[in-house]
Amino acid sequence: MTFSEFLKDNIVCFDGGMGTLLQARGLRPGELPELWNITHSDVITDIHRAYYDAGSNVVSTNTFGANILKFSSDELREIIKAALDNARAAKELSTSKKEKFIALDIGPTGKLLRPLGDLDFEDAVSVFAETVRIGAEFGADLIIIETMNDCYETKAALLAAKENSTLPVIVSNAYGEDGKLMTGASPGAMVAMLEGMGADAIGANCSLGPGQLRGVCEELLANASIPVMLQPNAGLPKSIDGKTVFDITADEFADEVISLVKKGLRVIGGCCGTTPDYIRKLSQRADACRPLDITPKNLTVVSSYTHAVVFGASPILIGERINPTGKKRFKQALLESDMDYILTEGVNQQDKGVHILDVNVGLPDIDEVEMLKNTVCELQAIIDLPLQIDTSDAAAMETALRRYNGKAMINSVNGKAESMAAVFPLVKKYGGLVVALTLDENGIPESADDRFAIAEKILRTAEEYGIDKKDIIFDTLAMTISADTSAALSTLSSLKRIKNELGCHTSLGVSNVSFGLPNRDAINGTFFALALENGLSAAIMNPYSVDMMRTYYTYRALKNLDENCSDYISAADSFTVVSGSAAVSEPKKSTEEYKSELQHAIIKGFKDKAGEITLELLKSTKPLDIVQNEIIPALNTVGEGFEKKTIYLPQLLMSAEAAKSAFENIKASLPADSGKSEANATFVIATVKGDIHDIGKNIVKLLLENYGFNVVDLGRDVAPEKIVEAVVSHHAPFAGLSALMTTTVPAMEETIGLLREKAPWCKAVVGGAVLTQEYADRIGADKYAKDAMEAVRYAEAVSSGDMNT
Amino acid sequence: MNTEIITKSYPQPPFCEKEILRYAGCKAANEETQLLLQSCIDEAKCRLLYNVCWRELTFDTDGNVCNFGLFSFSFEKLAKNLCGCKSVILFCATVGIAMDRLIAKYNRLSPARAVMLQALGSERVEALCDSFCEDMMKSRNITLRPRFSPGYGDLPLAVQRDIFSVLDCSKRLAVFLNDSLLMSPSKSVTAFAGICE
Repeated sequence: MTFSEFLKDNIVCFDGGMGTLLQARGLRPGELPELWNITHSDVITDIHRAYYDAGSNVVSTNTFGANILKFSSDELREIIKAALDNARAAKELSTSKKEKFIALDIGPTGKLLRPLGDLDFEDAVSVFAETVRIGAEFGADLIIIETMNDCYETKAALLAAKENSTLPVIVSNAYGEDGKLMTGASPGAMVAMLEGMGADAIGANCSLGPGQLRGVCEELLANASIPVMLQPNAGLPKSIDGKTVFDITADEFADEVISLVKKGLRVIGGCCGTTPDYIRKLSQRADACRPLDITPKNLTVVSSYTHAVVFGASPILIGERINPTGKKRFKQALLESDMDYILTEGVNQQDKGVHILDVNVGLPDIDEVEMLKNTVCELQAIIDLPLQIDTSDAAAMETALRRYNGKAMINSVNGKAESMAAVFPLVKKYGGLVVALTLDENGIPESADDRFAIAEKILRTAEEYGIDKKDIIFDTLAMTISADTSAALSTLSSLKRIKNELGCHTSLGVSNVSFGLPNRDAINGTFFALALENGLSAAIMNPYSVDMMRTYYTYRALKNLDENCSDYISAADSFTVVSGSAAVSEPKKSTEEYKSELQHAIIKGFKDKAGEITLELLKSTKPLDIVQNEIIPALNTVGEGFEKKTIYLPQLLMSAEAAKSAFENIKASLPADSGKSEANATFVIATVKGDIHDIGKNIVKLLLENYGFNVVDLGRDVAPEKIVEAVVSHHAPFAGLSALMTTTVPAMEETIGLLREKAPWCKAVVGGAVLTQEYADRIGADKYAKDAMEAVRYAEAVSSGDMNT
Repeated sequence: MNTEIITKSYPQPPFCEKEILRYAGCKAANEETQLLLQSCIDEAKCRLLYNVCWRELTFDTDGNVCNFGLFSFSFEKLAKNLCGCKSVILFCATVGIAMDRLIAKYNRLSPARAVMLQALGSERVEALCDSFCEDMMKSRNITLRPRFSPGYGDLPLAVQRDIFSVLDCSKRLAVFLNDSLLMSPSKSVTAFAGICE
């Protein structure tokens, strides 16, 4: 019998702790337990055998930390082979009559993945892949990935297991007392991602006792349509007379776990502190239990690295603003790789209350594969909403889905054979909720019946790929009523049939309906309400639209989806449109000591106000006059204050941000091509290789932008070659290099060396916490800037020729 | 002696605004800075954890060599700091990864806020270390020497590798050691605190 067959109809009992038993047999703290597979194979075999004899169906090999970060390739191979040999020997020696299997045990790498740590996602996949390949070669029956406390690393491990073996995979995470992974993911989010990627069972282990993990286990059971596993610790460790004792007895442990078996738990075992005695009592009681059937939960769900978003009665809002279509400023941001602008669009939509962000960065002149991947990674570094990957380029879709941390929404597939053949394999491999458009080779059918027929075809094809209908969400295509006044009715009636007859969720790009009409928001808001009443589950929409948000909040209040109408009440004020003049009324008094209102706003650091006043000024004043007569004098006032130490860093930055908000509006008012004036010198800026600290660099960037420099920001941890390449391609007169740590100063020196060789015209400006004038001189920098103002002053002086050498 | 690694969560220590401003490089705060500080506290407050793991190590010195049983290294200032102690508490404290996410977010959107959040994070983790040391002293009725961290007085960061190998921080606290020897979450502290007889 294979493990998969056994799992189908039985309660599966795993083994208990390994580490505690090894310590009792003489393993010293700091010693690598994996080496014992070779040096003490008798001890390891003994322990496995004791667990089989106690009633375990599965033992996990002693390979928790067996990976190429800790061992050489040859060593790793030898360790894993020995580990499987030991388990096999135990299986043969055991007198137990139960079904017996061997699981290749895979623990975390001990490193945190980027962006918060320094291990690259693909490198993590490679690390796990090596262990998986060896384990599969030497005869493991299944793989257990366990004690993972980060969502992204868990994804890397499961992906490696799936790509490098055909073995069943169980994935188990370590949850904290707050019921989440220590890096933030909820059990619901983990179920969404792991089930989507094809895990055979999922669960929780380690960190706490069975009582404390009850809530986590129940949440897993409520969300998962696959078997759930629990391997808790024997409670919490206590020290009694210098000996470590866990605070739950074998009987209490078994009682707690069995009470969860009665709620549907199917895979059981123990972690730290549990012994063959615990497993014996557990397996005896489990033998008396009937395994509960695993029921499909039919949840349509997407997730981020923190939480899941479930589609249901309450409408899901998908922010549409990260998309260049019809947006001049956004196109410019894409062409200039201005990630800050794109991220700001994301954060603003989150603040407006959307649940998911659509991400579309397709433009003819850019490398969409690279751009989409970077945008997804950058968005996920700062925003915890699930994303909708929106692209028609299958290669870009795959790269983005692979890197995405969670279960993404995918936009889109359609009824064309070619589309389904490209998209469905990706959905199957990486998981995802895919938007299916009801069109095919013959275009968009006019009638609701024909759209419904395409939906049926899509579902049939998805099934052939093993994709459940809960992972398909239909978009019946809103078409403008300005071309055909019956268009909205077809959309709505096909929507209703799909919802009622196929039982699928639906989504619409609502705003298309009003294309070509005046006051489009008015139409959109009402159409949204009609669509919701016809069963719409989600809308791709503009969250800045008052009409759309009004419909959303009122619909929820009227449909008993908003307890005490509290969401409606807190949002209600925002539905009233305030006229421009009344919005900004500030007492004149406070500005008296300043030359103007704008200067006052900048000096005080009022970001929004500086932007508003600039918009107002632009009606009567030339953009460049505002810069020369208002913004620069205000910045100089603040800069001088900072230099004289009457103003401190946070104030300086608040002013700089206010000035930036004024500049943004000025930039938007200028023709697209005049943003980069020839007169402005280019400053290439980066945090050097090995250094992931970029706050200092960002401060310099902000101030340089304030003073009119074109800043090319290469980010953090940037290789010397990449910096020099950018300097050469922009023929930049300045390169700003930042380093926080002494360990990365050599990388700075290397960069300067390469600059001298390839771009001798370029001035190297260095700064950062560890640098001093002396250090800067030693590594051959042109300028050591002790703070951001000094970098600005230097660049200004050189640009104006004062210090040209 | 307690050789097991123990993990514990602490309640939120009181905020010290003066200390946060000091970390932010502010000798004095005007009204706007004060508002910024307050809104940073409000935003961060509910996302912070206060987790510590620790274990006790034996200690003796031989000249400048600090011998902790499981590992040893030679460092004069630490040897002096721990001189006379027969055991030390080695601990790791963290306010969690959510703080790094917040800082990363505002690093891109508002450097002023990022600077303040950086400062807040530093103040928080130091306050947590204080809470932990007080708790140790009270609950065990001992006196601790001032804590000493890698990076203090040139105690090399390389010591972090030894600390991580015996404290199991990645599993216990989700605190990870990067190749650069700095930690993620960045607002984490490891330290030795000598137990006075």
